[in-house]
Amino acid sequence: MELSGAEILVQSLKDEGVEYIFGYPGGAVLHIYDALFKQEDVKHILVRHEQGATHAADGYARSTGKPGVVLVTSGPGATNAVTGIATAYMDSIPMVVITGQVPLPVIGSDAFQECDTIGITRPCVKHNFLVKDVHKLAETIKKAFYIATTGRPGPVVVDVPKDVTDPNIKIPYEYPSSVSIRSYNPNVKGHRWQIKKAVDLLLSAKRPMIYSGGGVILGNASEQLREITRMLGFPITNTLMGLGAYPATDRQFLGMLGMHGTYEANMAMHECDVLFAVGARFDDRVTGRLAQFCPHAKIVHIDIDPASISKTVRVDIPIVGEVAQVLDDMIEMLRNSDKRPDEAALSAWWERIARWQSLDCLRYDRSSPLIKPQYVIEQLYEVTKGDAFVTSDVGQHQMWTAQFYKFDKPRRWINSGGLGTMGFGLPAAIGVKLAHPDADVACVTGEASIQMCIQELATALQYRTPIKIVNLNNGYMGMVRQWQEFTYESRYSHSYLETIPDFVKLAEAYGHIGMRIENPADVRPALEEAFRLKDRTVFLNFMTDPTENVYPMIEAGKAHHEMRLAPGMTVERELA
Amino acid sequence: MRHIISILMENESGALSRVAGLFSARGYNIESLTVAPTEDASLSRMTLVTTGSDEIIEQITKQLNKLIDVVKLIDISESSHIERELMMVKVRAVDQAREEIIRLTDIFRGKIIDVTPVSYVIEVTGEKSKLDAFLQTLDRDAIIEVVRSGTTGILRGDRGLHV
Repeated sequence: MELSGAEILVQSLKDEGVEYIFGYPGGAVLHIYDALFKQEDVKHILVRHEQGATHAADGYARSTGKPGVVLVTSGPGATNAVTGIATAYMDSIPMVVITGQVPLPVIGSDAFQECDTIGITRPCVKHNFLVKDVHKLAETIKKAFYIATTGRPGPVVVDVPKDVTDPNIKIPYEYPSSVSIRSYNPNVKGHRWQIKKAVDLLLSAKRPMIYSGGGVILGNASEQLREITRMLGFPITNTLMGLGAYPATDRQFLGMLGMHGTYEANMAMHECDVLFAVGARFDDRVTGRLAQFCPHAKIVHIDIDPASISKTVRVDIPIVGEVAQVLDDMIEMLRNSDKRPDEAALSAWWERIARWQSLDCLRYDRSSPLIKPQYVIEQLYEVTKGDAFVTSDVGQHQMWTAQFYKFDKPRRWINSGGLGTMGFGLPAAIGVKLAHPDADVACVTGEASIQMCIQELATALQYRTPIKIVNLNNGYMGMVRQWQEFTYESRYSHSYLETIPDFVKLAEAYGHIGMRIENPADVRPALEEAFRLKDRTVFLNFMTDPTENVYPMIEAGKAHHEMRLAPGMTVERELA
Repeated sequence: MRHIISILMENESGALSRVAGLFSARGYNIESLTVAPTEDASLSRMTLVTTGSDEIIEQITKQLNKLIDVVKLIDISESSHIERELMMVKVRAVDQAREEIIRLTDIFRGKIIDVTPVSYVIEVTGEKSKLDAFLQTLDRDAIIEVVRSGTTGILRGDRGLHV
């Protein structure tokens, strides 16, 4: 089969099993768009801004486990995509981003729409390629998918100069069936001796704690995590990225940990004697002050990336390997061991945890005449029976969703944890809905975040991806305002949005349904109505209490046991 | 502590910038960095001298290993090794100073590789400390230009760094 570079690119995507490609055309990719036009297997989703393409592909990837694919043009197309690439990089999301480039002979001449895409994206990709020869194109695409999806996943950029896709130059095409890169051998099998030592340590624990992160979801190890947690009978907490890996409604689950984690999760971290870290990377929002992180604990850490081990927190038993395989080995060792967890110590530990739980640290004022944002999330949970895919933007609404939507399944909670990208939620929801057309998909957002990628409302209409936008509108960049209240004596410097658009009209202008909800009593009926409208995107504009803050909070530089609780909430001496 | 990291990497354009970019992005020190092709045309060898605590050096080697273009690396300062640097110094050389500079060059087993009526270019190789010492012995005002290659190194014995 003789194909042009543009046809090779499209055919390679087909051979890779790509279902959707999210993109935006431009001069440098016109040959590729022409090749896309002549086929129907790879479906192109036209976004309204390249950032939206990357987030939509990201949402698709997070919700399916398959790599997201993006196609943008050179120059501004590529630079607009950078935020989404960095977002995927920070959360280790598999993605292949094809960027057009000016023709090879003019590279470096400051040509129209030229930029050094390889240089600009280098610090925020797992790897990137500049394709200089059409004969290397198919092989490079194969390598890009291989690198993006193996080991610790991440985005890979393939920069394709326009002349490499020249429709007049046809060469024989064959998609490589396999690929090997001598300098890239993702280590997969955990060291058996280390695993044995870890199992022995876990069985000797008196006050154990399991802390699991996004790696469990990325590594499809939720089943194993559930099994080993139940076998051990230990308490477990999830990071923001790890929510859903362990069922939030299970009695062993203590909620999320970290800056806005629950009192019980953070206190258990502080007092545990053995910490079992599974696919988590000791992010600063999780650890608080490093010097006082888990001061009494010996630490076991499973991670696929050796560089994640002992990066910020020294660990006692590191295990480099795929989480699922390591946990399988551990489960087998536990089954064959004559030792059992220390029941007496565990039951004393659970009693202590129960006292922390009795504080009910997430409680809020349910008698307020204003809509409390927490209440909206609780109702969203109930109306969707806890089974929706929920994307979010970044800020207070993100934390409330993490706290109040009890995710029981992996890949249901889609948010930008590492980079914290406002504008992520709406395009991500479109990607999720394309991948799961029959599922309920909600985007929880705020009036500030939603405006960062609002233009994707048009994409949602064009591709009939009915999503429910739950806008917690408090008139402020809520999280910024909260920090200003706590640490800048309430000087609300530029965190108040004075000209918020009429979101109902805005939604209607884009061809969707808009609703404005002002009373707590209307929250549930509005959500029910929105989810009844199966084939429509509905923008629910909830006017929420502008002064509400996210609690508990570990302020910057504080340790896990130094949480700031909601006003009026005090900890009795014997509890602390 | 000072470490010498030897890196075998794919001889691809951009590979060098990946290493340099990693160091600036993560705030690691680079004392010197040299890179040149090897006997295998597909590979480049880089010698990177850096300083940092044990934890930092551990992160540096892990992060370098994560780069797709890095095939193999070794911290040669952890084993018995030889390090060398090449230096060329252009000095003003007139009158009695001409004789004195030749004597100093001999002591440091250097060579004079370019001569004019008023200047010499001296070539000296050795460890960084030897080159520093040679510069100390020269009259500061006489030095016109100093060019140093940066440190390269190799393990002693029959053990080698290859694919």
